[in-house]
Amino acid sequence: MNPRLAKALINGLLIGGAVVALFPLLWMLSVSFMQPGEASALPPPLLPVHATLGNYRELFVHAGMGRYLLNSLAVSSAITVLSLAFNLMAGYAFAKLRFAGRERLFQALIGALVIPAQVAMLPLFLLLKYLGLVNSYACVIVPAMATVFGIFLVRQYARGIPDELMEAARIDGAGEWRIFAQIVLPLLKPIMVTLAIFSFLAAWNDFMWPLIVLTGQEHYTLPIGLASLAREHAQDSELMMAGSVVTVLPVLLLFLALQRHYLEGLLLGSVKG
Amino acid sequence: MNPQRAAWLFLAPALLVLGVFFLLPVIAALALSLTDYDLYALANIHNLRFVALQNYWTLLHQPLFWSALAHTTYFVAIGVPLSMGTSLGAALLLNSPLARCKPFFRTALFAPVVTTVVAVAVIWRYLFNTKYGMVNFVLGHLGIHPVDWLGDPHWAMPTIILFAVWKNFGYNMIIFLAGLQAIPADLYEAAHIDGASAWRQFRHITLPMLGPTLLMVSILTVSGYFQLFAEPYVMTEGGPLQSTTSVLYLMYDEGFKWWNLGSASAVAFLLFLIMFAVTALMLKFARRGNDGEPA
Repeated sequence: MNPRLAKALINGLLIGGAVVALFPLLWMLSVSFMQPGEASALPPPLLPVHATLGNYRELFVHAGMGRYLLNSLAVSSAITVLSLAFNLMAGYAFAKLRFAGRERLFQALIGALVIPAQVAMLPLFLLLKYLGLVNSYACVIVPAMATVFGIFLVRQYARGIPDELMEAARIDGAGEWRIFAQIVLPLLKPIMVTLAIFSFLAAWNDFMWPLIVLTGQEHYTLPIGLASLAREHAQDSELMMAGSVVTVLPVLLLFLALQRHYLEGLLLGSVKG
Repeated sequence: MNPQRAAWLFLAPALLVLGVFFLLPVIAALALSLTDYDLYALANIHNLRFVALQNYWTLLHQPLFWSALAHTTYFVAIGVPLSMGTSLGAALLLNSPLARCKPFFRTALFAPVVTTVVAVAVIWRYLFNTKYGMVNFVLGHLGIHPVDWLGDPHWAMPTIILFAVWKNFGYNMIIFLAGLQAIPADLYEAAHIDGASAWRQFRHITLPMLGPTLLMVSILTVSGYFQLFAEPYVMTEGGPLQSTTSVLYLMYDEGFKWWNLGSASAVAFLLFLIMFAVTALMLKFARRGNDGEPA
């Protein structure tokens, strides 16, 4: 094939792909500013005739979207901070501290990845019910405070830290906590950023578990609130698009701001080692 | 404090969380699946009875379970190859030296991955609306009659598959792209000098070099696609005529709508066994395929 034709073909396909990937998101943004009922017309309108913020006002004033947004922010932030702390400590221990049975325990954790999370959901629901925790923020946060993926990611990264750094500190009489806090953590900063975005996005987008345990509207996160709105307001496309914007925009912006770290984590996590 | 003790202290919080909130429930799920735990047991634990394999036996004789399994298998069997093919195609385009503005295209194609399933499923519901949807409008210009995408039992699952491909292909695309970039360029140069066509280069250099990545990605994608739930929950509520009811949807209904937690645990375990068997078979075939291929 002649190079100019090949170049046109490749870039044409890429443009086509980008249009397919982005069109639904841009259309969502545009419809969210339309008057109620405006999008239900032929031909389907691409841009609002008279842009309005009415749908957003309706969502926040009457549909409780502000509450869902705050719930999502609170739950996702708590999961991010706590799981970051626990995964960093465990990942570092697996990478750098010697103890009996280390390799076998780590292999067992990796092996547990074959069990789908849903297997644990029913007994976990009962456990939380007997603890009186159903329909609280805690029941979403607590089970997510440590992940095998997070421990794996930190271990992979921490293995690159030279042992001499820790040995030197031990000879100087530093305790293990001080070594972790003052020597190891600063070196783990890149993987901390990566893991933080991963945890936050996963927590924000999580659906099935919050749907099961958050039974009261006052605790709904955005995906649960949006799914329940979608069943009530199936015909109000403009309102639903505004709801989708509120749900998607925060994570999309976070990703755009930190995408290099996110993609690095994706690759690090996919290499079995 | 000696390092051995320190290690266990560092591990304790994470292991405690994983033990109490994952490992313990998994074991409990197995026990639960052997009981008739239902609404009555939920009210008073004395109503609980041990029923051995009764739940599994009943499920295997229930048409609803088999149809849910068939729908899930349909989703996996069509969705995974389509999804991986799209990912590989996009990665090849992005890896081409002729492609322009690569960072932009990479971000654009990846964007759907980070979005929330529920929110984008809501968008797709309107794009695939029978009367006012953009998709039918465009197809109408090509002379195709309006399709009732989410209301017709024949079209609902294909629509969900298309949605899943759109939402997920960017993830594997990034992994494939890294795999492609790791293939030494001199292999292609040598093939080029020998006069090998682009297709032959792809078939005899790209695919074999990408082999291990392809295997890993397909196993992860198959496991992920078996866990279909949120898409039908939002787009079709399992309908029409239960044509999009997946195994997990069945588990959710059985467990949290009808409160048959014993039977729902059996559904979860059957799904786990099926996923385990399928991935083990894939690993086995991949190994045999490698042995058979000339070095």
